[in-house]
Order: sequence, then structure tokens, then C-alpha cells
Amino acid sequence: MPIIGVVVIWEVVARLDLVPAYMFPPFSMVMVKMYHLMASGVLEDNFVASLARVLAGFALGSAAGISMGILMGCKETMNRSLHPIFSLLYPIPVLGWAPLLMIWVGINDLLPVMLIFICSFFPLLYNTITGIKGIDRDVIQAARVLGASDKTILTTVILPLAVPNIFTGLRLEAGMAWRVVIAAEMVAIPTGIGALLMRSESLLQVDVIIVCLIVLSLMCLLFERMFRYGETRLTYKWRG
Amino acid sequence: MAIWGPTGAGKTTLLNTTAGLIGYQGEVFFDDKAMEGIPSSRRGVGFLFQNLALFPHLDVASNVGYGLRVRKERANGRVDELLRLMKVEHLKHRYPKNLSGGEKQRVALARTLATSPNILLLDEPFNSLDNQTCRHLIFELRHIQRRLGITMILVTHNPVEAKDLADRVAIMDKGRIKGVMPSGSFFSSKDIHSHINDSYHDLAQPGSRGQR
Repeated sequence: MPIIGVVVIWEVVARLDLVPAYMFPPFSMVMVKMYHLMASGVLEDNFVASLARVLAGFALGSAAGISMGILMGCKETMNRSLHPIFSLLYPIPVLGWAPLLMIWVGINDLLPVMLIFICSFFPLLYNTITGIKGIDRDVIQAARVLGASDKTILTTVILPLAVPNIFTGLRLEAGMAWRVVIAAEMVAIPTGIGALLMRSESLLQVDVIIVCLIVLSLMCLLFERMFRYGETRLTYKWRG
Repeated sequence: MAIWGPTGAGKTTLLNTTAGLIGYQGEVFFDDKAMEGIPSSRRGVGFLFQNLALFPHLDVASNVGYGLRVRKERANGRVDELLRLMKVEHLKHRYPKNLSGGEKQRVALARTLATSPNILLLDEPFNSLDNQTCRHLIFELRHIQRRLGITMILVTHNPVEAKDLADRVAIMDKGRIKGVMPSGSFFSSKDIHSHINDSYHDLAQPGSRGQR
């Protein structure tokens, strides 16, 4: 209901011609533009390019973060050795890496993938460590006394109990990955939703910009919901 | 057997050492066999933790069958048998968060018994229970102990629990066993009275568990 209300107000205000339509197009005009962009394949091409980068960077960054988090969460020596290094790297804003990566990997598809990798890696790393460190030590000892090997304890006790924290990281960082890909495409890459945004800005195509923002918003929301659903499916029985 | 002593006496450390859960200097023998280098899973011990340590992500049946599954033994019949023994078969599909303190206790005990340990180590297992549930469980534990012929070592700071459950009571203080006596003469021992007077002023307070 609130969304419909906003759309109606937007449409009405835009139709009052207080501001020129090219500056503030009505919702209906934006939807028509979206249809044209979809029909011509422009939106699809750019969307697929961004999506592929997000999926690649996010999957690799998350997998690396979770794996390293498991290692550091389970092995105290690893944690003590690596924690100081990651503590120094983590506070660097992800876009701060962009100039360095432009020189190292060049201005190509790898650049946004690397940026998303960095953006996903650290939160997943720390969420996984927190999840593992938060497990009651007695639960792990109980599994050990009952005969479970380290590997079995990892797969049957540690990982399932760390799932809520891991999913919190995934949920928060999925949206962040979209923000990062847009930023990277806006500054360096000629394809993708971010690039389409920049082109539209230079051509004063406010309707296209709004279409891009809607797509971005929907994707952030979709990813967030997807991981929330996954978390619920995996843990609702025992967490309620 | 019960090991009784004040908080900080080293009772839980002794139990953890016996189970091989922590590193230690010195030697632990089971039936004259040195346990040096033998992991806890192969010492033939069952361990009932103070906080019970149930797996929160597994239902009651999976908790009880965990030890059998990881040992690749048949779980179904044995799990049902233990659930019946502990009178929790109706809770089979519940998760630990939906169990009462007494029910959790029974499930944890069933899980511990599932792998048929030779020695059952009980680390202050009745701490979080009300008096009535506690009494019931002590009665049932004695029954199970006799039925299964299993050695039990109970660690507790509650002298009544020690007397009610054990045949023999060892008094422990500052990391040392001060004496071992039949539970029948535990309360008449001078040691216990001096320990109680020194360490358990709170037991004299009305309503405390020691006054049951």
C-alpha cells in the first residue's frame, strides 16, 4: 500500500508540470521507458553484464571469506597469525582499492569482480569467525566424546551452528555487491547498469536513470530476500 | 562414586582429564590400562556436561543417535530403546529449545548412554533443575546404573546429591582428594561438616537445595 501511495503521488506531482518532464518524468513514462529498454535488449544486456559480475565476485568472495573464516574460527594459531593482517585491510573502503586494481588488473571485467570479491570477503570472514566462536565449546566437546572426528564435527556441528551468522553476512553483503558493481561500472567499465546510468546522465535521460535505480533496488531486495529465505529454511526448525 | 567439593576445587578439571578433553600431566588409568594418547572418543566414557550441551540444531532422536551415526552403528532401534528408558519417546521430534530442563536432562543422558560407555562422567548435571525433578532424576539414575551395570562418577558441590546417588563419596578440595568414604557415613564424617561449615554457609539458608 505505501508503495502504491508513493507511485500515485509521484504520478500526480509529475503531471502538474511544476518541473519539466525530462527532469522529473511521471511513473507511467518511466514504465514505458523501461518497456522500451527491455524490448530493445539494452536493459537486458547491461543487466546481464552487471549480474554476471555480481555473481562471480560475490560467489568467489563469499566462498573465500567463509573458508578462511572456518580456518580462523577453528584454528586459534591461524586466527592469531592472520587477524592482525585482516584487521589492517578490512577498514579500507572497497572503492579505495579501485585505483590499485586498475593498475594491477586493468580496466576490464575483472576489476568489478575483484572489488566485489574484496567487499564480500571481509564481512563473510568475520561473520563466519563470530559464528564459530559463538558456539558453546561443550557442544563441540560432546560431539568429540561421542566419537566424531574433527571433519565430522565441522560438517555436523560447527557449520550448521554457524549458518545463522554466515547468512547474516551473505544477506547484508549481497546488496553491497550491487552497490559496488554500479560504482565500478560508473567509473571504469563501459557495460552494465552503472555504465548505462552514466551514459543516461550525460544525455539527461532521467527516465533511464530511474529505470536503472528501480532495477538496482529490486535486485538488492531480491538478493536480500533470497538469503533470508535460505536462512529461514535452514534454521527455522531449531531457532524458531 | 561422587566427587564432592566446593566450587573451584578442581572437580570438573578432574572429570575433563579423565575423559581426555584437556591436556594433562601425569597418568590416567582405566582398569590398569594407561589412557595416554587415547582420544576421548575411544576411552569408553560418556560425559554428561553441566550445561548438557545438546545439539540445538538436531531434534531429540538425532541428538540421541548422534554418537551411533558418527560411529557408523545402527541407530534406530537403540535410539528408540533409550528414549523409552528415559521416558522421552514422545519428544522424539522436538528440538532442544522446546524442552523443559528435566526433559533436556533425560535426552542428554540418553545421548550419553547411546554409545554404551563403560564409565559415565556426570558434571554437576542437576544444577539447573528444581528439587523435585532433581530427586526424580537421581532415583532414575540409580535405577539405570543398576540395570546397565555402568560405573558412574558424579561431580557435585551439593552434598545431598553426592549422598543420594553414590555408593562412595570422595571429598575434594584445592585439587586434592581429601578422603573417600561410603556415602552412608558421608554426613557423619568430620571432614564434611568442617567443609560445609567453611564453604557452604548458604546451605543453611532456608529454601536452598542443600536443605532438601
